[in-house]
Amino acid sequence: MPIEIPLDKWPGAVRTVTLGATAAEGGTRTKTVTVGGEKAMPFLHFESEMPYPPVIAVEIRDRRPDDWSPLLYKAWGEAIEDPAAWAKAAEEAGAELIQLTISLTDSNGVTTTPQAAVAATKAVLEATGLPLLVFGPGQAEVDNDLLVAVAEAAKGERLVLGICEDKNYRTIVATALANGHLVTARTPMDVNLAKQLNILINDMGFPMERVLMDPTTGALGYGIEYGFSAMERLRLAALQGDSMTQLPMIVTPGFEAWKAKEAKVGEGVPAAWGDWEQRAIHWETLTTITLLESGADIVVLRHPESVRRVRATVLDLMGVPQTA
Amino acid sequence: MALTGIQIYKLLPQTNCKECGFPTCLAFAMKLAAKQVELSACPYVSEESKAQLAESAAPPIRLISLKSDGFEVKAGNEIVLYRHEKTFYNKPGVFIRVLDSDPVEVMQGKVAAANSFKVNYVGIDLTVDGFAVASVSGDPGVFANAVSVVRKASQRPLILMSRSSEIMAAGLQSIDGETPLIYGADVDNWEAMADLAKGHNAALAVIGGDLEGLADLTEKVKAKGVEDLVLDPGGRTFSPGLTYGTQIRRLSVKKNFRPLGYPVIAFPGDIGDAGLEAMLAAQAIAKYAGFIVLDHFTPESIYPLLVLRQNIYTDPQKPIQVQPGVYEINNPKPEDPVLVTTNFSITYFSVANEVEGSGLPAWLVVADAEGMSVLTAWAAGKFDSERIAKSVKGFNVAEKVTKKRLVIPGHVAVLSGELEEELPDWEIRVGPREAVDLPAFMKQAL
Repeated sequence: MPIEIPLDKWPGAVRTVTLGATAAEGGTRTKTVTVGGEKAMPFLHFESEMPYPPVIAVEIRDRRPDDWSPLLYKAWGEAIEDPAAWAKAAEEAGAELIQLTISLTDSNGVTTTPQAAVAATKAVLEATGLPLLVFGPGQAEVDNDLLVAVAEAAKGERLVLGICEDKNYRTIVATALANGHLVTARTPMDVNLAKQLNILINDMGFPMERVLMDPTTGALGYGIEYGFSAMERLRLAALQGDSMTQLPMIVTPGFEAWKAKEAKVGEGVPAAWGDWEQRAIHWETLTTITLLESGADIVVLRHPESVRRVRATVLDLMGVPQTA
Repeated sequence: MALTGIQIYKLLPQTNCKECGFPTCLAFAMKLAAKQVELSACPYVSEESKAQLAESAAPPIRLISLKSDGFEVKAGNEIVLYRHEKTFYNKPGVFIRVLDSDPVEVMQGKVAAANSFKVNYVGIDLTVDGFAVASVSGDPGVFANAVSVVRKASQRPLILMSRSSEIMAAGLQSIDGETPLIYGADVDNWEAMADLAKGHNAALAVIGGDLEGLADLTEKVKAKGVEDLVLDPGGRTFSPGLTYGTQIRRLSVKKNFRPLGYPVIAFPGDIGDAGLEAMLAAQAIAKYAGFIVLDHFTPESIYPLLVLRQNIYTDPQKPIQVQPGVYEINNPKPEDPVLVTTNFSITYFSVANEVEGSGLPAWLVVADAEGMSVLTAWAAGKFDSERIAKSVKGFNVAEKVTKKRLVIPGHVAVLSGELEEELPDWEIRVGPREAVDLPAFMKQAL
């Protein structure tokens, strides 16, 4: 019998945002990455073409992190000691973006200086041609000091500077505006809070084509359902035409999943948890696929095997089924 | 398709007799449309109207229940596309597939391990739901024996897989009296399979090449008197699986399209790679499968999948609460600090996860704040000094520790004075506002 598939007719679309700038565009990246542009819920090719695939960023640090899971030290080996080597290794593992987080202190506990943050950023920019996201350590004053210096030193690169939050966004937005960068705006799993912060950033005269939003997520088992539904609601609002939600979404399943005990710890856990390494990778990849299904445009991962699996998954999801 | 209040009103006696408890028939009709009352409250509604209303009230996706001795797995009865619109109701059944061509010991081992698997997540024991036995040998006797082997190793519900009615009949003999799922009926064998399903009171999976063919087939099978159906639309990788799952869910929920108003069965194992199998199963959980058949059983992949299923099928309108009590994090000793927070699951997880991740030992007192977060509960008077003191006393925290030092969330710093009065033996410390700052606070200030 003939079947008419109900199609949603959406008036709105997600903005497109381009990360990175090539030499011709005033930067040094060998290529740029564009995300967004969706006119339907994720991967529903029968309803609308999905112009850009979701992309994978790999999180690296300016120095060896103190408290990561031993599995991640094992996976990256010596590269983890040096941000440039780490960025290269991440690119080889399949990263399409590099997300550099500047640590709060150096390995001796001394607060990271702006000079050191700039040096790390430049080293990564030289080591890879991929567009770069630079996040501060997450303490307002330090973030502002470090990110302003990084933004000025990398003027024109169209970095993504992060993380803007409701209590601290003005300085980061101002320096991004002055130096031709992008920002990412993070709010805690709530549609209205996300919208509110986007409005505040917009009110500063910052172009919305240079904003990513991070609705935050919980890892699998640690509140992922809240992130999942907040993202579905944000994306539906965007498609319904709510301009201040029409931003590509970035989420950090790597950070969230590897914080969970299931991924981080291998000893003193129930036998029913099974093999540690595979469990940890499942934790990261299952968190990621769930967020991709709810509208993530950029996923920031940590383990190279997760990168491989997520790449294969995205490639499949972007294929238009013959029978659809 | 659900009727509107006005449409329902037309089917009522329109006498405004008030015996239903509402002032007018229209008011009653509106309540019926909102599913807030039962039609049986009206003593005068005609049989004809009853039938019409019952048809309109039937769920857009039929509830399918597989049963064995002591176990039941239900799928279907879903009414929304997005969980935030209401909730997802029946968690997809997770089944592990065994092949009749495997040596008996291999089947026994796989089934025994999966059958006894149990993992605790926030106080809930999670398990797999059943097993699928697939005929690869092509031999009825071998298949019947395999079904018996699996049935001996586990009492959980079964899915029997063969396209041959002769083989299927042999398998069904081994589990007479149960309600398994027969997989399945296709364009060639559907009459014989429908007869078997009818004869054994089994549910029947219908296998279609595309949605139109699938809908034609379910109508034919239904006309033969088999109504408990499960759909296999095909599509064994991510994109086709998502497309079919979404299209079928939309047709049933939005259009009440009865020929496809049944749960969908997914076979993520067909993708081959065990890592991608788990991800494809995760997609099937979020995007509309009713039954999921896995080929790999490993605790490290089943545990996250069962947790994901639990998460996605949590009712968003009723935030899950954790049991109030004292939680031990990183094996605390009597001298380690005591932290207090509320029993809203996200609040608990944020705090527990940060402390756990830091590696620092602590006693976490979870007070009964009726499932609200710290600030909300404080504003609502559900997380005040009295309640906190009651938790500390009620859970006998003083007996577990030598150092009576209680850390309260920074957001309720205002409570510290009152708490000192309520708990005179205790030193009250004000912690950070956000859980993420707890490890630093614990390292520096405690």
